[in-house]
Amino acid sequence: MLEKSFEVMTNFNIFVFLIPFLPLVASIITLIFGKKYFRDKSHFLPVLALFLSFLLSIKVLIDVIGGKIYNFDVYTWIFASHLKVGLGFLIDPLSALMVAMVASLSFLIHVYSIGYMSGDPGYYRFFSYISLFTFFMFMLCMSNNLAQLYLGWEGVGLCSYLLIGFWYEKKSAADAGKKAFIVNRVGDFGFALGIFMVFYYLGTLYYHEIFPKLSEISHSYLNILGLKVYVPFLASFLLFCGAVGKSAQFPLHVWLPDAMEGPTPVSALIHAATMVTAGVFMVCRLHPLFELSNAMMCIVAFVGAFTCFMAATIAPTQFDIKRVIAFSTLSQLGYMFMACGVGAFIAGMFHLFTHAYFKALLFLGAGSVIHALHHAPDPNDIRIMGGLKKYMPVTFWTFLIASLSISGIPGFAGFFSKDEILSQAYFSQYPWGKIIWFIGWVVAAMTAFYTFRVVFRAFYGEFKGKDVIHGYPHESPKVMTIPLIFLAIGAVIAGWIGVPEVLGGNNLIEKFLEPVLGHPKVIHEIPHSTEYLLMGLSVLAGLSGIFLAWLVYIKVPALETVFSRNLKLLYTFLYRKWCFDELYHLIIIRPVLWTARCIVSKISDNFIIEGIVNGSARLVNIVGTGLRYLHTGIVNYYGSFVLLGVIIYIILYLYLK
Amino acid sequence: MLSLTHYTTLSIVLFLIGLFGFILRRNLIVMLVSLEIMLNAIIILFASISHFTKDISGYIIVFFIIAMAAAETAIGLSLVVLIYKKLKTVYSDEITNFKG
Repeated sequence: MLEKSFEVMTNFNIFVFLIPFLPLVASIITLIFGKKYFRDKSHFLPVLALFLSFLLSIKVLIDVIGGKIYNFDVYTWIFASHLKVGLGFLIDPLSALMVAMVASLSFLIHVYSIGYMSGDPGYYRFFSYISLFTFFMFMLCMSNNLAQLYLGWEGVGLCSYLLIGFWYEKKSAADAGKKAFIVNRVGDFGFALGIFMVFYYLGTLYYHEIFPKLSEISHSYLNILGLKVYVPFLASFLLFCGAVGKSAQFPLHVWLPDAMEGPTPVSALIHAATMVTAGVFMVCRLHPLFELSNAMMCIVAFVGAFTCFMAATIAPTQFDIKRVIAFSTLSQLGYMFMACGVGAFIAGMFHLFTHAYFKALLFLGAGSVIHALHHAPDPNDIRIMGGLKKYMPVTFWTFLIASLSISGIPGFAGFFSKDEILSQAYFSQYPWGKIIWFIGWVVAAMTAFYTFRVVFRAFYGEFKGKDVIHGYPHESPKVMTIPLIFLAIGAVIAGWIGVPEVLGGNNLIEKFLEPVLGHPKVIHEIPHSTEYLLMGLSVLAGLSGIFLAWLVYIKVPALETVFSRNLKLLYTFLYRKWCFDELYHLIIIRPVLWTARCIVSKISDNFIIEGIVNGSARLVNIVGTGLRYLHTGIVNYYGSFVLLGVIIYIILYLYLK
Repeated sequence: MLSLTHYTTLSIVLFLIGLFGFILRRNLIVMLVSLEIMLNAIIILFASISHFTKDISGYIIVFFIIAMAAAETAIGLSLVVLIYKKLKTVYSDEITNFKG
């Protein structure tokens, strides 16, 4: 299908190659020389590299729009019998879109960080890590085989760990980094097994070789303990485990809220816009494999739907501005998986694309607020904010645009992508489409509510933090507000590439991605009237959420505590994030610690390891005590020993000849 | 006429004299002399073998050993002098500073 409409370029292309490797070089140089020589100029190289990568990615995107596909290997990385893994790049519409998005966001966030991180002792380290992250993210998106995808996958995980724990002297940050890393290990274990399984059954890791071969396994079953398991189901399930970990879906979502301990630009780039969407990207990339199994599609859809709903119930109870946005990220990622689970991969990718802009904007806006309040003991707390509209106009307007976008107000990016998901879920061929639509619709209202809760509490009313920051906040420097403005433009127009046909658009993104992701799995004839109705309903949901937030937080502030007072148990349950942390603590962490302390430490440590270590020391001691009698200090004895040695040699020589 | 056996016997006897002298005597200077005797035994052996096999490489080794023995004796004697200055004795059984 690809070959028909596209010209496939298999030669080495320096432009494609440079996109990931410029940030890598910048990162390494900054890491080595930053501390001593660059200091507060450390941002220069990474920003320059990212700017060049951004230009190159636009060039490559234009090439792809013009009908070219790049698919080439730079060199063969692993070569063992019929396993051949190359360091290769595949630039088709899907990855070109992803790369352009990552490059533009990463560039803007690099610029923003110049202002946000200025004066930090780890300034050079920050820029080095975030550039390294961008390199791995590019490798993930651009790879043409699963092994390199895995390399990028683990690489972004590593950078995420380094950046969450960036302020490692703070215990909570160091713990959050560890938590993110360990939770991701669970998912990545499944992911690795999935890759092994693909290789075992298909004998290759290259995408362009996997897809034609998929029909070979479409009727194969595997026998596990007497259970017949459909092979594509198991393979895609294992791969999906990786996506669940990386994209923070239930049940591995617990790391993402804690990841907000990192600097805010990191939250924007890694934990909102790019890395966490890698799971969605991977599912879209391997969509033919997932589509082979209906059960798997159902799992994808309902994992997404559950996460979406759960996060949307937690978000309104949180007081940390970044955590609210983090839960909204969880919820929006849930939307993307819902889209994938009903076969609307294009809508999922479209939402990924628009979400990246408005969510990065929300985070950077929150970062701007935090930057202004950084003298407060807890600058993230929305209870000390209020009335910031007057003091920080640019931040306010851009934050408002992002909020309108995420709430699905017509004209903004989020409207088009969310509407696309909801309508394609409603018209889906899969039987669970309608349920998914309903959950998505309810969550759309909740999204608008909790997003505007933050807007109203932070930017309207009276400023409540006078005492804690001893004065009034100021607008952030230009180097931070200009990226905000650019992102705000993105948060509005990113959706215009996907205006649906009923609104007089021609849905460019669908035409662009269709050769890779296939036509959405929807029923053939979609009545336009129903489509208008659905659109009206989702706008209504968004507006009612905003209205409710306005009612509770501006008009009648007394309503605010009604819920928490009257339904105390439910409120506490939600406030504690459905008690998942406590549950995991009880069923995983405590048994593991118990095993470690009572079994591993007592038996293997005390007996085996210490036995070996102390035993060898004691042995040396005994032997030494014996030998010291030979060490008389008299030269004549040493001469005799030499003679004895020579005699032994001669005897051995004579006998062994 | 003397044969190789005579030379070899002389060499072995001299070597054993040197060896037992080194192990049994306590005077450091006598021990050095014993070392020299052992070296001379080796020299005689090399020279005689070279003479009887008409191969001059043995002679060359003899020259090397003589040069080395001269250096060794010089260093050895100066060490003995230093030891005497420091410890006021040249008897090896009284020098037990390295006892384990």
